[in-house]
Amino acid sequence: MAENSASLENFSTEKLWEVLIQTSAKKPQKIEVARSLSDGLVKGVGEIIRMEKPADEKKAIKKKRRQENKEGIASLNLMWLDTMINSEAQLREKMSFFWHGHFATRVINSYFQQELLHIIRENALGNFGELLRSVSKSPTMLQFLNNQQNKKSHPNENFAREVMELFTMGRGNYTEDDIKEAARAFTGWGFNMQGEFVFRRQFHDEGKKTVLAKSGNFDGDDVLTILLSKRETAEFITRKIYRFLVNDNVEESRVKSLAADFYDSGYEILPLLHSMVTSDWFYDEKNIGSKIKSPIELLAGIRRYLPMSLDNDEAQMLFQKVLGQVLFYPPNVAGWPGGMSWIDSTSLMVRLQVPQVYAAKESILLTPKIDDDVAMGSKMEETVRINRNKAYVNRGGAADIEWNLIFTAFEKVKRPSLVNAISNSLVQSTKSVNPDIITRYSDGSSREAFIKSAVINIMSTPEYQMC
Amino acid sequence: MLFKRREFIQSGSLATASLMFPKFLKAFEHKNLVPPGNKVMVVIQFSGGNDGLNTVIPINNDIYYKERPRLGIQKADALQITTDAGLNPALSAFRELYDNGNLSILNSVGYPNPDRSHFRSMDIWQSASNANDYINTGWVGRYLDAQCSGCDKPTQAVEIDDMLSLALKGNKQKGLAFTDPRRLYSSSNESFYKEISKEHVNSEAAVDYLYKTMGDTISSANYIFEQSKLRPSSASYPSTKLAANLKTIASLIMSDINTKVYYVSLGSFDTHINQAAQQTRLFTELNDAIKAFTGDLKKNNRFEDVLIMTFSEFGRRVSQNASNGTDHGTANNMFFIGGDLKQKGLINTMPNLADLNSGDLKHQVDFKAVYATLLNKWLQTDDEAILGKNYQHLDFI
Repeated sequence: MAENSASLENFSTEKLWEVLIQTSAKKPQKIEVARSLSDGLVKGVGEIIRMEKPADEKKAIKKKRRQENKEGIASLNLMWLDTMINSEAQLREKMSFFWHGHFATRVINSYFQQELLHIIRENALGNFGELLRSVSKSPTMLQFLNNQQNKKSHPNENFAREVMELFTMGRGNYTEDDIKEAARAFTGWGFNMQGEFVFRRQFHDEGKKTVLAKSGNFDGDDVLTILLSKRETAEFITRKIYRFLVNDNVEESRVKSLAADFYDSGYEILPLLHSMVTSDWFYDEKNIGSKIKSPIELLAGIRRYLPMSLDNDEAQMLFQKVLGQVLFYPPNVAGWPGGMSWIDSTSLMVRLQVPQVYAAKESILLTPKIDDDVAMGSKMEETVRINRNKAYVNRGGAADIEWNLIFTAFEKVKRPSLVNAISNSLVQSTKSVNPDIITRYSDGSSREAFIKSAVINIMSTPEYQMC
Repeated sequence: MLFKRREFIQSGSLATASLMFPKFLKAFEHKNLVPPGNKVMVVIQFSGGNDGLNTVIPINNDIYYKERPRLGIQKADALQITTDAGLNPALSAFRELYDNGNLSILNSVGYPNPDRSHFRSMDIWQSASNANDYINTGWVGRYLDAQCSGCDKPTQAVEIDDMLSLALKGNKQKGLAFTDPRRLYSSSNESFYKEISKEHVNSEAAVDYLYKTMGDTISSANYIFEQSKLRPSSASYPSTKLAANLKTIASLIMSDINTKVYYVSLGSFDTHINQAAQQTRLFTELNDAIKAFTGDLKKNNRFEDVLIMTFSEFGRRVSQNASNGTDHGTANNMFFIGGDLKQKGLINTMPNLADLNSGDLKHQVDFKAVYATLLNKWLQTDDEAILGKNYQHLDFI
């Protein structure tokens, strides 16, 4: 937030790291939207069909449950977003967000998603191997990649393929035969009606399998062990974290050496992050402000800087949809592609207008595309008009942004230096927009009005899209 | 007020615009009709998985009526086009197009290992990928890449929507999405953006990309807005969203714009429950909009140069479900509409309902072969470069 940004500048990288891990050390508090079975969210459609009730009643229950799940995931989304914004544990939440994109799933079950999110947030800074095992055994993943249907008589290769391609080694390091054999090892992995992992021995293929040149009577855990024994896995994960935290352009030699340490540590995530965050190159000019913020990073960033109470949750969902990143709804198992793919004409112009929508309460008319997997045929065309109060500057500001915190943060700055000071607090890279233009487009009628409009104007630039 | 929002009303004058874009002057010079030969394609996406079997109905197929005791459309109600096929009763304009040789139907289009998730299957169709591959660009977007390297306005492909679909995203170029040219113009044309754009000096590649996108958007918005005013369609269209979108497209097709591909969606066709009412409602919207659109194009002598293609992410199961609806299926039919079709009517045989894959139709034609045909024969570009593979071309155009 604005008020600490000045003091952080004087921290050494080690000191900065200490602050980061101290604030993230505690076990995270679980974000709960569906408490248990009694909320009726675990029971699947199959169970409803078997209920002894008239068809109409069953249909109504099904519809209600779908609605509950949809709303549950929306709550989970907004609560997690709030946590990202308000929590002190920034490193934990940031890495949780990374793993959320890495282990991408789309399952419209709020209880399942809640449990998976908790696994991720608990292990985000822990051990990658443990994280991988827990995620693989979560009902969300078992359902999403069809391990629930993976049986000896009829193996389903979906999970076996993606765990190699997307979660561990990456493409080019295994054969189609490895996938087939690994799928046999994962047969019998499933979940019960309580949403708990079960090993269903009757569906498991007990025969000998050969995966990545190793042979044995493997089960799913053995295959994960084999995948973790591969140095390619350490490299794949390190490269992806590097791209997430440092730069989309990867310095391969750096990744190789980081990955070697990561592998030798037995996949401990924290030491890997320590090496990255405390290195000199992490603070190289070319690695600062070189990445395009994802929509969630942009939205969370605006609200971290500008503490605000929002009267309209819809707006936050709408922005996620229109900007192309809705938490819990990744495009596919490969996650959000990121980088320049976030940007097209439409999404960029909306991005530039988000701060104005929040601050000025003007109206912007946007209709997101319908997600048929969620809507299930219900008519759900959301045309949401967000109100922007046009005259906010003249009226002394919208009531819901706590501008006083911002005024205090800049109270010692003299007027001619204000634009630069605000710009430095908002824009990562040293190159920012010409202060003359910002000044010209900002409201000079009072110091407060000037600060407000300068903040919003700088947030409305391409430079602010970078992190 | 931070930005003078309604500035465009003053600055939208020809004088300002033409300073930046001399092409406008050129556009205004010849008021005569667009010369023939400028082929364009209009893609209409049926979102949600349209039920193909109740779109083109196998009116003599006992299996169809057995599997759909309540949902099946009776032979007497269908708009018969051949001995064995009839159109959905709501598609009277399509029947007329058929009679005039302006409609082709391709049955059993799909892909191997079909995915039944809307999102994923739509991704596969839009990116033209195999079911196992994840590609972050779309087939029209890659066409843009090939077509528009180094061009200043990515207006060769536009989507009439508030969000840009994956289909129109290329590696280097991305199409443009808007619902109303005027709104696009006003939101992108604020002088603040123009000024920071002008002052920007090259820096970080990603920042430059943002500025380039912003600059392209501003110039495209101007261009599209001016073009849309050039020869606005005077025909009367129904007051539905699809019709309004097609009217916008018609106005642009009649102008001098360089757009080759227009993209628009209709939905949701996800008819798990009470299918008949919902499909009829959507088809009525489709039918009336297409009737107005094709009439407009014909009147303006543009119909020969326009090809309309429809598709959906999947068809639906052969059997109806217990709620008078249908669940997610696989292969489906596609419509092609235009004044210059080489094969008219049914291009291939009706789907074989006796040879199913656990209750679902087997695909006979890979949709990527359809794309290859359109790219090669209609848009006259190297389809193999865009699709990454050589597909056998079809003969309908």
